[in-house]
Order: sequence, then structure tokens, then C-alpha cells
Amino acid sequence: MMTESNTLSRPIRILVAKPGLDGHDRGAKVVAAALRDAGMEVIYTGLHQTPEMIATAAIQEDVDVVGLSILSGAHMTLFPRVRDLLVEAGREDILVTGGGIIPDKDIEALEGLGVGRLFGPGTPTADLIDYIQQWAGANLTE
Amino acid sequence: MNLDHLLAGLEARNPATLARAISIVENARPGFEALLSAIHPKLGRARRIGITGPPGAGKSTLTECLVAAFRAQDLTVAVVAVDPTSPFTGGALLGDRIRMESIALDDGVFIRSMATRGSLGGLATTTREVCDLLDAAGFDRILIETVGVGQSELDVAAMADTSVLVLTPESGDGIQTLKSGIMEIADVFVVNKADRSGADRLRQELEVTLGIRKGRAFRNIPAHHGALESGPAAPEPDNAEWRQPVLGTVAVECQGVDELTASLAEHWEWLEASGTLRERRRRRIRDRTRAVVNRAVKAWIWSDTEADRRIEARLDEVERGTVSPYDVSHEILDGLKQGMKL
Ligand SMILES: Nc1nc2c(ncn2[C@@H]2O[C@H](COP(=O)(O)OP(=O)(O)OP(=O)(O)O)[C@@H](O)[C@H]2O)c(=O)[nH]1
Ligand SMILES: [Mg+2]
Repeated sequence: MMTESNTLSRPIRILVAKPGLDGHDRGAKVVAAALRDAGMEVIYTGLHQTPEMIATAAIQEDVDVVGLSILSGAHMTLFPRVRDLLVEAGREDILVTGGGIIPDKDIEALEGLGVGRLFGPGTPTADLIDYIQQWAGANLTE
Repeated sequence: MNLDHLLAGLEARNPATLARAISIVENARPGFEALLSAIHPKLGRARRIGITGPPGAGKSTLTECLVAAFRAQDLTVAVVAVDPTSPFTGGALLGDRIRMESIALDDGVFIRSMATRGSLGGLATTTREVCDLLDAAGFDRILIETVGVGQSELDVAAMADTSVLVLTPESGDGIQTLKSGIMEIADVFVVNKADRSGADRLRQELEVTLGIRKGRAFRNIPAHHGALESGPAAPEPDNAEWRQPVLGTVAVECQGVDELTASLAEHWEWLEASGTLRERRRRRIRDRTRAVVNRAVKAWIWSDTEADRRIEARLDEVERGTVSPYDVSHEILDGLKQGMKL
């Protein structure tokens, strides 16, 4: 898998956003910096993003991946909404992933709705990076 | 995605297709030159405005204000925000959108972030071509934000119709710290963060320096000096030199932005009336053609000729010191001139 992802001749592009109304974006910034250090181009859009803003930015930026940090408990509405907006725009190929405080049964339900793997709080960023690189190796051709 | 589909999408200004087209160009994917060639007849409508200046000067915040002002005039606007790629990891953190929230959902606005990738300056090598796509898609204004590092101000000036240099009172010890060449190439100076102390002094310093450079030491010093008076209202012939304005803004409140859009409009009129626009654009065509030839020649030499094999064949001799790399390159060049193939 790793060698496959190395055949991509350009950096992976990922949008990192923090939707919802809760507080600060320290965690999302740390993740954004880690992804950059892993060689990705990270479009960081900051706090309080609506699903519409996230999808619009993802489309304009032609990202491969959208990573959302959701601590507010609104994951069951936010993840599917972003995914739906991307599908509507013809971009069902964009991986929607992310993390937050999300119960296992919700993770399963969201995966059933086309959302990628979700990570709990305290997951090492290396796990997220591995996951994205493997996904890219298997799914991105150019 | 095939060419016709891309062209139709650009024509309809479909954001997903436009975004895809930009990636094709940015990544030099197969077909990118055919795409750029096909849109060429549509170029030239958009006004390209470069916004450059030191890190944190308020370029993105000011860009958001400018976009809003253009939108109020019913103009569509594209923004290209360029940030540096880390030379160590190849990654980049592109954060300019954070400051452009209020325009993010306007469908007359398209924002694209770019990393500089292999380029050494503050621009990506493909930024010009990306602007072409935005021009062909029909945007009235294209704003190009770049951080003023290396010689990026010069690069931006070479690709923009108008270039705006954003400075702040804290951008150093006044203008003596400005890189050489900057005073000449900026068309409009903006002292942002005019709410901070030192802004007036920086503006005055800029005014005086620009005046001295142009041999008009006391320009813009108002009235009562009689003969020295040279206020902005003085009528000038069409071919007069452009007088670079120095404006103050508070971008967080979009203060001073009307003056900035007015200066941009005036500069455009001057560009057209003086013939400078045509001159700049012809120079751009020349530069672009050369760049395309360079790219093609390089690709040809290293993938379609024997050049690499000849180097390989002489490597031992060069290593022993009996032949120099210069001898080998001359052999290769002679070979190329004589039609050396694979
Ligand atoms: N006091 C004051 N702060 C401002 C003004 N304009 C921008 N800022 C602040 O300056 C900081 C940097 O603003 P940006 O617009 O991100 O600056 P930038 O030049 O785009 O920064 P980079 O893209 O990182 O080089 C932000 O915290 C802004 O809120 C202003 O007129 N006055
Ligand atoms: Mg910025």
C-alpha cells in the first residue's frame, strides 16, 4: 500500500475544517500541521464552518479528502450533510473522514452512509496519516 | 475528463469543472497544454491584480474587502492565494481562506489556494496558467495573493496588470528595509493596519521616497507652496507616468477600500490610455511562449534524445579527469544540432 501511494506524483490535497459552534480549533490546527509535515497540501478553513461552506471550499480547492473535527455531538448531521453536498456536486469521489467524540454505533452508521473511517479523541495523528495515505494509494490515480 | 467537457464546464463556469481544470494544469496532467491552447482566444477580459507584502500584513483580510467591493459593483471575482511549500516535506499549510469567510458562499466568487511546489519564488510555476483558466471562465477580476518572499513581488508584477504592495507600520524600520526593486514595480502602495501607530509616518516616508525617485521631491504636499504644488487633481496628458498612490487601510474594518478600488480603476485607465497594458500583455505572451519552449525542449532532450546515454557513456572519463562535464555537454549540444535522436 505504501509503495502504491508513492506513485502519486503530486501531494495529496486535504481540507481540514471544524464545523459547528464549539469553542477552539487547537486540535484541528495540530492535525493540519501534522498532515502538512506528512507532505500533504492542507487547506485550513478554521472554525464555525457550515457544511455548505465546507463543501464549496472542497469543490473549489479540488481536494482529495475532507477531514472534519467534530466535538459538538452534531456528527450524525454534519458528516452526512457534507457528504451529500459533495455527491450532489458530482464529487462522491472525495473521502470524508475526521474525528471527534463519536460512539461506535454512530461510527458504523456513518460508514454505512459513505463516510470514511472516523477517529476518536486522543488517536495519534500518525494513524490518520496512515489511513489517508493508504486510501490515496488505493483510490487516487493521478 | 475530455477537452470538450472541460471547455463546456468553463463556459458555464461550473465550479467543479473549473476546479478540475485547475488541477489538470497545476499537475501538468496529459492534455493540459491542449486545454490552455484552446482557451487562449478567450483571454484578456479579466483584470489581474496582484496583492503582495510581508507575512501577516493583512493581504487576505484586504482581499476579502476588495472582493466584497467588486461584488457590490456586480463584478465576479476569483482569488488565487499562494503559500509556500515546505522544501523539506513537500507539504504546505494553506490558510488564507480563514480570512475570506464572508465571501465563501457567494457563487460569483471562486477561491483557490495554491502551494508554490517546486518553484523557488513566492509563486507556483503554474499560477499564470491557473489565472488564464479563471480569465477564460469569465471572472471580471482575478486577485492573486502571494507572500512577499524571495523575489515574488517581481514575479507577481510580471504576471499581473496591476500590483498592490501591502505594508504595515510594523513591517520593519520603515522603507529602508524594503527589498530593492520594490519601489519601482508596485503600482499601488497600501499601508494597512492604519489603526496602529506609525502608519502615518510610513505613508509619509513612502510618499517622499517615491517623490524623490520621480524627481518630484514635494509631490502631494498640499497647496500654499505655490510653484511646487502638484496635487493629484493636476491634469496630465494620457502618456504621463503613473503616479503610484500611497493609501491607508484598516482591513479588519474594510476602511479605505473604496479609495483602493478607485486607485485600481484609475490605474486600469492609465494602463489602457498609455499603451502600457498592451505592452505588458505582449511581454507576458513572449515570456509564456519562451517558458513553454523551455519546458518542451527540456522534456525532449532528456526523454527523446541520446543525451542521457552520452553522459552515462563518458562518466568514467569525466570521473578520471580526462574529460570535463563541459566537453561532454558541448558534444551533446553538437549532437543535438546535428539531429541526434534516441
Ligand atoms: N489591527 C489590525 N489588524 C489587522 C488589520 N488587517 C489585518 N489585521 C490582522 O492581521 C492578521 C493577519 O491578517 P491576514 O489577512 O491573515 O494577513 P496576510 O497578509 O494574509 O497573512 P499571510 O497570508 O499569513 O502572509 C490577522 O490577525 C488580521 O486580523 C488591520 O487593518 N488592523
Ligand atoms: Mg494571507
